[in-house]
Parts: sequence; C-alpha cells; structure tokens
Amino acid sequence: MRASSRADARRAWWWATPRSGGIAALGLVVAVLPLGFANGYFYDVAIQAGLNSIICVGLNLLIGYAGQISLGHAGFFALGAYGSALLAARYGWPPSLALVTAVAGVALVAYCVGRPILRLKGHYLAMATLGFGVIVSIVLANDDRLTGGPDGMQVPPFALAGYVARSDHAWYAIVGACLLAAVWLAQNLVESPTGRALRALHTSEVAAAIAGIDCPRHKVNVFVVSAVFAAAAGGLTAYYAGFITPSSASFVRSVELVTMVVFGGMASTFGAVVGATVLTVLPQALTVLKEYELAVFGALLMATMVFLPRGVVPTLSGLLQRGTR
Amino acid sequence: MSTLAVSGLTKTFGGVHAIEDLSFEIRAATVHSIIGPNGAGKTTLLNLLTGVYLPNAGSIRLDGRELTGAPVHAFAAAGIGRTFQNLQVFFNMSALDNVMTGRHLRERCGLLPALLHTPGLARAERESRECALGLLRFLGLEAYADACADAMPYGALKRLEIARALAGEPRMLLLDEPAAGLNPTEAAEIAGLIRRLAESGTTVVLVEHNMRLVMGVSDHILVLDYGRRLSEGTAAQVRDDPRVIEAYLGAVDTRVAGHA
Repeated sequence: MRASSRADARRAWWWATPRSGGIAALGLVVAVLPLGFANGYFYDVAIQAGLNSIICVGLNLLIGYAGQISLGHAGFFALGAYGSALLAARYGWPPSLALVTAVAGVALVAYCVGRPILRLKGHYLAMATLGFGVIVSIVLANDDRLTGGPDGMQVPPFALAGYVARSDHAWYAIVGACLLAAVWLAQNLVESPTGRALRALHTSEVAAAIAGIDCPRHKVNVFVVSAVFAAAAGGLTAYYAGFITPSSASFVRSVELVTMVVFGGMASTFGAVVGATVLTVLPQALTVLKEYELAVFGALLMATMVFLPRGVVPTLSGLLQRGTR
Repeated sequence: MSTLAVSGLTKTFGGVHAIEDLSFEIRAATVHSIIGPNGAGKTTLLNLLTGVYLPNAGSIRLDGRELTGAPVHAFAAAGIGRTFQNLQVFFNMSALDNVMTGRHLRERCGLLPALLHTPGLARAERESRECALGLLRFLGLEAYADACADAMPYGALKRLEIARALAGEPRMLLLDEPAAGLNPTEAAEIAGLIRRLAESGTTVVLVEHNMRLVMGVSDHILVLDYGRRLSEGTAAQVRDDPRVIEAYLGAVDTRVAGHA
C-alpha cells in the first residue's frame, strides 16, 4: 500500500519524471515561447538553444546514464554538418537526403570509433574521444579542396518537397519538432530494458554483466545513438546558418557541450534541455556586462555546481519532492 | 538437470596460488556449500565460476557446455546467477528497477524497439514489472518497491541482491555470504529461502561463515584451504574430519580433538 501511494505521489510530479507529461509540457513551452519574442534575434537564440538541446539530450544518454565521458562530440556534430553540406552543395543531393545520409555515415563512424575506445575507462576514454575530436577538426581545416579549409563553406538552404525553409519561423518550427522528437526517443530509451542496462553498467559493470548485460555492446550502442543526435543537430545547423567552419568541431565546443549536460543535471533528459538552453541564452543576456561577461558567466557556473551539485533539474526536483512528502 | 563440472581449475595472482588444481562437481537442485578459513579462496572460486576471473588453467562446464574463457554475461546467459559479498546493488535505481534489471536476459533489448517504445516492448515491460514485484513480495521487500536503493537498510539490500539474481531465473544461484551482517532471525529466513529454492529445482552454491546456516541447509560441503580441497562430503562427514578442525582451530592435540 505504502509503496503504491508513494508511486502515485511521485507520478504527480509529472514534469520531473517522465515521458508523456514532460514532453507535453516541453511542447507547450516550445509553442508558447514565440509569443514573447520581440524580433528575429530572439528566434535565432531560441533556435541555437534548441539545436544545442538536441545534442545534449543525446550526450546525456552517454554521460549521464551510461557514465561514459566524451570530449569529442563536437566532432560528430561537425561531421554531420559537413556531410550534409558537402552532399548538398558539391554533389547536388536533395538536402533532406543529404542530411539522412550524413547522419547514417556518422553512425557508422561512431560505431567504428566506439568499438575500440569504449574499452577504455575514465581519463583514458576522455583522452581517446578528445583525440577523435581533434582529428576531425584538423581534417576539416586542412582538406581545403573539399571543405574550404579554415574559411568554411557555404551551404544551400534546406528544402523538402518543394518547400524551402528560410524564415526564422520555419526554422523555429523545424528545430522545435526535432527537439521534441529527440526528447521522446531519449525518454523511451531511458525507460526501456536498454536504459536500465545503461544505468546498471554506470554503477557496477561486474554486477551488470552478472545480470547478463553485454556491457561493451550497450556502451557502443549508446555512443552511436548520442553521435546520431549530435550529427542530426549538426546537419540542421549547417542548413539553418547557411555557412559552416571547422571551429564547429573544436575542443572548446566539445567541452561546452559536456558543461551543458553537467550543468542541467546528469541522468535527466529535461536537465539536458535546461542546461543547453540556459548556457546558450546566458552569454547573450550577459553581453550587457561587456568586459565582465566571461567572469560573471564563470562565477555563475561555479555557484551552480557548489549549490546545486547534481545539476539544476535533479537537485531542484529532489528538493521539491522532499518538500511535499 | 544442471550439473557444474570443474576440473583442474587454477588461478594465481602473481606468486600466490589462490586456487590450485581444484576439481569438483555440483549436482542439480542441491545446496552445495563452500567453506574454509579466511583467504582460502572461496570468493576467488565464485569469481572463476561466474567468469569474472579468467583461470590460468582448468575448465568449467555447465551441463557439458564449455564456459571457460567466455565473457561474464555469457556465464549469466548459460544460467549462472550470483550475489556479492560486498554489495553490488545499483544504487542509482529504485528497488523495483534493480530487480527488473536482473530480468535483462528475459527481456528483449533491441535498440530500435526501445527508442520507439513499440507496443510489444510496452507489454513486455508490464510483464517484467509484475514479475519483479512478485519477487520483491517473495523476499518481503514490497514496501521498498519504489524506494531508491541508497535509502534501504543493509539487510534489505542483501535480500534485494537475491531478488535481482532470481529475476534472471538462473538454474544455478551462487550466494556469497548472504547471511553476513544479518541477525539470527534474518539468517534463519535466508536458510528457509535457500531450501525453498533447492526444492523448486534451483541449484544453490553457498559461500558462508555462519556454520549453523551451512550445516543446516547443505546437501554437500566442499572445504577449501589455501586454494586446495581440504575435505568434501555431507555436513556430518565434514564436521568430524580432523583436517577441517585443524584448519579452523589450528593443530589440535588428538586427545582434545577426540572430544570435539
């Protein structure tokens, strides 16, 4: 009795736990938000936040749930972006087909890279993924016949069945829909046997294996899934911005993505969305501080990790749950 | 009928022979205890029998199927489950999720059905949940179903590990000191549970220091000392073996041993 009433009480916190309620709430936010947008700049920041959220939702599956670090996810993002751009610009593929093909290609790359390096743990895995990211960024910067080198390359606009996406409104709708799809997929995975396997191998690989979980297989799978999310966001970014440079694969960018996941809250899909959104919007809001911008930004990050150690969403929802019990 | 056959098993760590040329057999649906002084190699043996350690020599067969050298999850898939001496509970999950994780081998774990939450998967999840709740009830843990594991008391966590191991429906269950740290009442409950498991056809391999428990439930006892077989037989045979008394109490005057 006690157990079931407690479960009901937890279910009442629909926004903090799960699938249907949380996604409905996120959908509502995405739909209502533009009412407060004064101009195109707001749309631009919201679209950037949405794209970062898509990457972080995937990266959180790897870092937050499976407990495996990656300092090279900007590499997958850039491969998705350049893959889509190259196929569409140089070979004249329809943009949507180019995007799907690039994402599939990245999945294959992630599988081949993940198989050997996910045997590594902790710092060694961090180094290996970092190495991967650096290699991608060097290749993109130096193969200038194909990619335009450090100067970047032009990307044709996104078109599907005769409709060309150009306006901020259209891109806001596309990115919003993709974000909702990403959250839906991620939450599905989390609440499946695979999701439990990931959380299990995060805590104890021996106990997970004793339960029959093939740890290497599950690690590689989630690595591929997170790379696919990053690559899809990369492709969308390329079409949205119309221009890409190798800096999209930089190490700083990879670290930024990990920071977003940790800031929002590990092992919380909605935390990843909050983290990505806050850390995308905050620097824009802090520009009024001019030269103090970075110092204040850093101080806010440190304060958050000191006072909300598990990240914004898990710590706050934990406090709220305790308050109502 | 599952029979575990171990032959010539050897495991060394550097120069230390943790297990040396050990051979024995475990018959199906019996309670088989492994005892011995501290450092005799009992936990090392369990780690070998579950694939956690790779032996330097020897073989492990379950029903004639060679398992030596297979990855840990393949030992589990062959039907060997276990609990740990030092708890290996998934502390980032609820008790229910811990047990459901134990059902991994009985679940469909394809990536695409999971991402798309197909109706088939949803149905399997409901069944899995029912089964896990049943096991929690069986072990008297239903009150903790939705509690996070890190908020549960020690005795409950010990039973939670057993529930998780049983969720995989193992043919052979290895229990590493299930009664350690439990009071006599809780230890007696574990004894009852072990008997019930054996009667339902599960082979139980028990490593335990609580001699009242071991002598009460075992069909067969293997005594280890320094990684070798010291003695083997029924509870009565092992209890009266002077070598066993010597290993546990040190060399004893034969006159005193006669009275023991």
